[in-house]
Amino acid sequence: MTSFRFDTGGLIDRSSVIDFSFDGRTLTGHGGDTLASALLANGQLLMGRSFKYHRPRSVITAGAAEPNALMEIGEGGRLEPNTRATMQEIYDGLVAKSQNRWPTLDRDFGAINSIASSLFVAGFYYKTFMWPKKFWEAIYEPIIRRAAGLGHLSHEDDPDRYEKAYAHCDVLVVGSGPTGLMAALSAARSGASVILADEHASCGGSLLREREEIAGQPGHEWAAGTLAELAAMSNVTIMARTTVIGAYDQGVFGALERVQKHVAVPDHDVPVEKLWRIVAKACVMATGAEERPIVFGGNDRPGVMTASAMRAYANQYAVAAGRSACVFTASDSGYRTARDMKAHGVHVEAIIDARSDAPEIDTDGVPVLTGAVVTNVDGGKHAMKAIEIDRGSGHETIPCQSLAMSGGWSPVVHLACHQGARPSWDEDAYCFMPPLNNPAIIPAGSANAVWSLSKCLADGAARGEQAAKLAGFKTRKTPVPKAKDETSHTSAPVWWVKQSTGKPFVDYQNDVTAKDLPLAAREGYDHIELAKRYTTSGMATDQGKLGNVNAIGILADATGKDMHEIGTTTFRPFYTPVSFGALGGQHVDAHFRPVRMSPLHNWAADLGAEFVETGLWYRSSWFPRDGDDWLAAMTREVLNTRAHVGLCDVSTLGKIDIKGKDATEFINRLYSNAFAKLPVGKARYGLMLREDGFVGDDGTTSRLSENHYFMTTTTGHAAETMRDIEFAHQALWPELDVQYASVTDQWAQMAIAGPKARDVLAKIVDTDLSNDAFGFLAAKQVRVLGSIPAMLFRISFSGELAYELAVPAGYGEAVANAIMHAGEPYGIGPYGLEALSAMRIEKGFVTHNEINGRVTAGDVGMGRMLSKKKDYIGRMMSERDGLDDPDREQLVGVKPLNPANRFRAGSHLVNLGDKPSLKTDQGYVSSVAYSPMLESWVGLAMLKHGRERHGQKVMLWDGLRDVYMEAEVCDPVFFDPAQEKAHG
Amino acid sequence: MAYLINCPYCGPRTTDEFYIKGDASKQRPDTIGDGTLDTWHDYVHIRENVRGRMAEHWHHTGGCRQWLVVERDTVSHEIYAVTPASTWATSRKGSSTAARKKPARKTAARKATGRKTGGRAKT
Amino acid sequence: MKYSIFSLARNAWSGHKNWQPAWRSPDPKPDYDVIIVGGGGHGLATAYYLAKVHGITNVAVLEKGYLGSGNIGRNTTIIRSNYLLPGNNPFYEKSLQLWEGLEQDFNFNAMVSQRGVVNLFHSDGQRDAYVRRGNAMRIHGVDAEIIDQHSLRDMLPFLNFDNGRFPIMGGLMQRRGGTVRHDAVAWGFARGADMRGVDVIQHCEVTGIRREKGKVVGVETSKGFIGCKKLGLAAAGNSTTVAKMAGLELPIESHVLQAFVSEGIKPWLDNVVTFGVGHFYISQSDKGGLVFGGDIDGYNSYAQRGNLPMVEHVVECGLAMMPSLSRARVLRSWGGIMDMSMDGSPIIDKTDIDNLYLNAGWCYGGFKATPASGWCFAHTIANDAPHELNSAMRLDRFRTGYVMDETAHGAQANLH
Repeated sequence: MTSFRFDTGGLIDRSSVIDFSFDGRTLTGHGGDTLASALLANGQLLMGRSFKYHRPRSVITAGAAEPNALMEIGEGGRLEPNTRATMQEIYDGLVAKSQNRWPTLDRDFGAINSIASSLFVAGFYYKTFMWPKKFWEAIYEPIIRRAAGLGHLSHEDDPDRYEKAYAHCDVLVVGSGPTGLMAALSAARSGASVILADEHASCGGSLLREREEIAGQPGHEWAAGTLAELAAMSNVTIMARTTVIGAYDQGVFGALERVQKHVAVPDHDVPVEKLWRIVAKACVMATGAEERPIVFGGNDRPGVMTASAMRAYANQYAVAAGRSACVFTASDSGYRTARDMKAHGVHVEAIIDARSDAPEIDTDGVPVLTGAVVTNVDGGKHAMKAIEIDRGSGHETIPCQSLAMSGGWSPVVHLACHQGARPSWDEDAYCFMPPLNNPAIIPAGSANAVWSLSKCLADGAARGEQAAKLAGFKTRKTPVPKAKDETSHTSAPVWWVKQSTGKPFVDYQNDVTAKDLPLAAREGYDHIELAKRYTTSGMATDQGKLGNVNAIGILADATGKDMHEIGTTTFRPFYTPVSFGALGGQHVDAHFRPVRMSPLHNWAADLGAEFVETGLWYRSSWFPRDGDDWLAAMTREVLNTRAHVGLCDVSTLGKIDIKGKDATEFINRLYSNAFAKLPVGKARYGLMLREDGFVGDDGTTSRLSENHYFMTTTTGHAAETMRDIEFAHQALWPELDVQYASVTDQWAQMAIAGPKARDVLAKIVDTDLSNDAFGFLAAKQVRVLGSIPAMLFRISFSGELAYELAVPAGYGEAVANAIMHAGEPYGIGPYGLEALSAMRIEKGFVTHNEINGRVTAGDVGMGRMLSKKKDYIGRMMSERDGLDDPDREQLVGVKPLNPANRFRAGSHLVNLGDKPSLKTDQGYVSSVAYSPMLESWVGLAMLKHGRERHGQKVMLWDGLRDVYMEAEVCDPVFFDPAQEKAHG
Repeated sequence: MAYLINCPYCGPRTTDEFYIKGDASKQRPDTIGDGTLDTWHDYVHIRENVRGRMAEHWHHTGGCRQWLVVERDTVSHEIYAVTPASTWATSRKGSSTAARKKPARKTAARKATGRKTGGRAKT
Repeated sequence: MKYSIFSLARNAWSGHKNWQPAWRSPDPKPDYDVIIVGGGGHGLATAYYLAKVHGITNVAVLEKGYLGSGNIGRNTTIIRSNYLLPGNNPFYEKSLQLWEGLEQDFNFNAMVSQRGVVNLFHSDGQRDAYVRRGNAMRIHGVDAEIIDQHSLRDMLPFLNFDNGRFPIMGGLMQRRGGTVRHDAVAWGFARGADMRGVDVIQHCEVTGIRREKGKVVGVETSKGFIGCKKLGLAAAGNSTTVAKMAGLELPIESHVLQAFVSEGIKPWLDNVVTFGVGHFYISQSDKGGLVFGGDIDGYNSYAQRGNLPMVEHVVECGLAMMPSLSRARVLRSWGGIMDMSMDGSPIIDKTDIDNLYLNAGWCYGGFKATPASGWCFAHTIANDAPHELNSAMRLDRFRTGYVMDETAHGAQANLH
């Protein structure tokens, strides 16, 4: 319990007191606190447990790279695992819980793993848990799964809303530290539209965390002034709490805005998170640099953190991990921490500088031990006691409650690498430099290894101008304010204190130690990508932001290669993890996909229809009466239609209007059967192949006048067929004079079927419907109810005397109601998809159940529809041997010997007496219906040599449901094979 | 690519408005009958699968519903040109009559891509 | 050194200083009986089975990057044998059977976890199609179950049964399906092949294929010419590039497929589940991350990365299926280059060129096929003829029309 809050200082609002809870304990913090700083202020140094050894851990950083202080935030459907306490703002009522521990954070049973840690080296699990074989799934894996993982994810639904949006700008500036602010300022002054994004709650970056002066003001005040100036400019948008998560092609950046992650009760009208797609002409990557930990014994003990994090906690949040501190450094950053901590009243025992040639830097009186290293940290869960150091003359102990470490800096290069380029090691700057292959992503400031404040300000201004120029703006030189600089000597890094006596961690969260990497190399996993995968170094939730460069250094050392040869692993989106909720945005539950409703939807709904989802459509499926089920309703609808007359909504069929001088030629090239001589006033059934020769779609096309056709497609393939038609014209035959438009939504279409169909229609249509005037397959533009323009087709999908009537969508409901009214004396009733389907199966008509994309015209008995006289889509490929093989399955009907026996589509067919096997498999059932006319279950099937086998008996084999029955193979047309009714 | 496609008719639009068919380098054979099966097989199935600059058919489904030929790099994802498929097809067929018939499209394409599309050679 | 708990304990005692390399790093010999181009899962498995089953050990595997740097390390680790078509189903079932004994066979724990694969269906038509597929599996003796909505609610109560845009009606389940730790497969095969004498040569890029009198006699590489009696190509993603070196044109396009992993969480999902509207599949790794994926981006690409719209599309499908994923966070996305064939099925065949064999066109189903692919390719190379299991995976099927179109989308690579 050594951590505490200073009595004064910091950028927190001490007047606002915020209550929150951690592991059930109520604590208080102030406005401006993160969860991490508030916990430190409450003496809660212990914040988490590591993944493998369950070592007690506290914060290592004060930012997005935090690997240790991950917590479960919220409750119920708002429970959010693995939240970085360093990024989470506190709010009244915030509920935080530690994770990956049992039963409590303080007493974690999993810590016994540490005892066996000598067995748990890199890759140990690949070498064992293999015997006995059954034990893996029964015993080992469940234990490993329970032990692994971090926080808990709820199975409850998330009550909050998410949103996605686009933003456009000339210049995107990522990061609002000194570099980013100057870049935004200089770009904005040129007139360019600027978005300035920062992942933290307050903009200002390092200026909020360091004691620095710009233009004679404290840094944070200068930042506030500059932000105010930017905010006043109409061409600038400042987005705090917004992490730019990825750089994509054509200058598009993904960004995540945490809109309401810092409020107790989210406003339901506002999203909690928002995913932005920012389209920018240029991007200034002012993302700063990450301070590297040093790999030494006990570098994970609570109380050890990076030097810059210790400063941030002290300067911004007025908290410290202990009342005394030591500094272990291989860079100048440690000196700054020593001075800052001393200024805040923390007793700084010593600076241990690993550099034997450490430069002379002001220490404000703190003693410096050069050429020395820390070899171990003595401490427990709640407090650090001392460090053990080695000055080359044996180990010494220095008591202290906290330790700052600095192994140098790594530019945050992620965005420059997301498109595949890799950073390169700079021998002078001792860091990986961002690649410059994309001229529109411009690294600036410390992200480009510019270290001093004054140079960062100047670099920011210059890069902002560069970006504005790239976006097409004239720029003027932006004056750069003066700043007092810290020293920033570059020095060779210390990758690993080999004389460490405690465990030296490279990847904190995954518990990868320095020894794991040479072991991996020794075993052959010497490539950085192999070493990563074998040791899991860099695979934790921080994706190696802290540890990767150290890992590369240690691997280089172990293999005798240089840093450049080893190189980095691949930087991939996202920079920091992004919630599913934000990526899904508003497309959840019923809003996952749009709903399409037929113009006759209300007509059907008023009649009590049950609807079924068909693609995006809702189609009326059956019309229950007196609570009967679908089977009874369907049966009634079929019997009524076949005996009297029925009305069915077929508006979902694809409808395409085709016009033009070459329309006939065009349509003739689309269909496999002849269309060149279709007379005006006639409809024809047509078959479309794909270019690979298999059946693609079918439908009817009617010639309304010389150069005007009306085409219908199936519901399911409407969009595809339209696209194919557009392709055929635009990409294949642009010389044809033809126009086309999808009019699916413009027409309500209904089938009026049954012996009385003509009588009913005659009452509302202004045309002679006699067989002579309007025979089978006639098509005509007519008027209904005196004035409504309509199209009437004498086509039948039920096998009855039937018409399809298309009226403008807005009239659909009125016309349908008028037909129902006119049909009342004739016993008209509505019928739905189930009845439609049963009647088409009775008639042996195919749908996409049969023409499923693997079927040829010959398979479904339409071989004669493949014209030999013309080129059409799919013509030549349909002539390949494999599509014409006599062994192919062919369309047949099947009837169970016992008509009451229900069988199901998807059953396979086996010859009687054969043992069912792949070799004896004869085909499958594609569609099944109960036929009210035959009073039997009937089906359509694809059967090997099927057309020769009518009258034979086969076994319907549904092993999946354990249902088997004998059936007779028959002609697929079960009802009215002579077509008398349709022609009647 | 691809994230943004500069549609000659609609301007820059995101990839989710488009449907992608694939390689546009091959021309549909204009002969049928005996002895042409290999040519057709080549057209339907065989792909050059270029590593580098290639031409691809994209359909602006959520926009103007025009088929476009997008010339882009399959390694860097850079986009070089976007041309209406009809212009592309016409120029490859070498038919000047068809091009004359559609002056509106040609102009639109030229304006948007900033380059002359009429005399494009096969790439 | 055989791996076991005992070898682990022994090495722990000596501070893990005595572990031997899992494989040698040999220099290439002047010539080999067989060279396999591609040190990914399929190439390494081929070498392993050439040595183990056919006794052909004078074999080199040439890998231009590091071992397993291709799609073996960039997939969603799912194994299953729930295929419809007779040319595919027995092959994938063979693969599943090989998975079931693989770890003991090559003495490497690849964490084969037969946790069950559930394919959801959302309409009568989709159910019928799955029933047909399930019956095709059952008739071949492969396990398959149809799960109704009621049982599915018991098994996966957090699916979106009540508020979804599309109803979840049930699922087809293969209990023997599951997941495998993908990298370990490459390493296990590499170690197993190496122990049997195969030279696994990393960082050796093939730059040309040398032919004499039409026959392949060796390869030009970044480490010089290496002769061989037979050459097998197993470079999925880059098959076109390598085949071109022998003048071979393929019915293949290279596409990018993204895959994703979430932050680690405590056990949340016990099975592999796929969504039937759109394309989405998900499982949870033993380490705790939710591993998931969906469609390819759709454009030809050799870049191992994709774009945000497909990420959003995939996640939308995930949320539509399991709304409580909302608060999980996606940690990382990656991209692999897929050999998309024109009918969606692979090619394991000898070519028209003497001594040249081709293993390609895996689309994004190659991981589960790894053992059988190696096993069949080894057989094809050793016997100069395909095994019955890969007898339908011919290169000339596109010309002859005997295609195997599982998704029934026809000759458009990006639809498979």
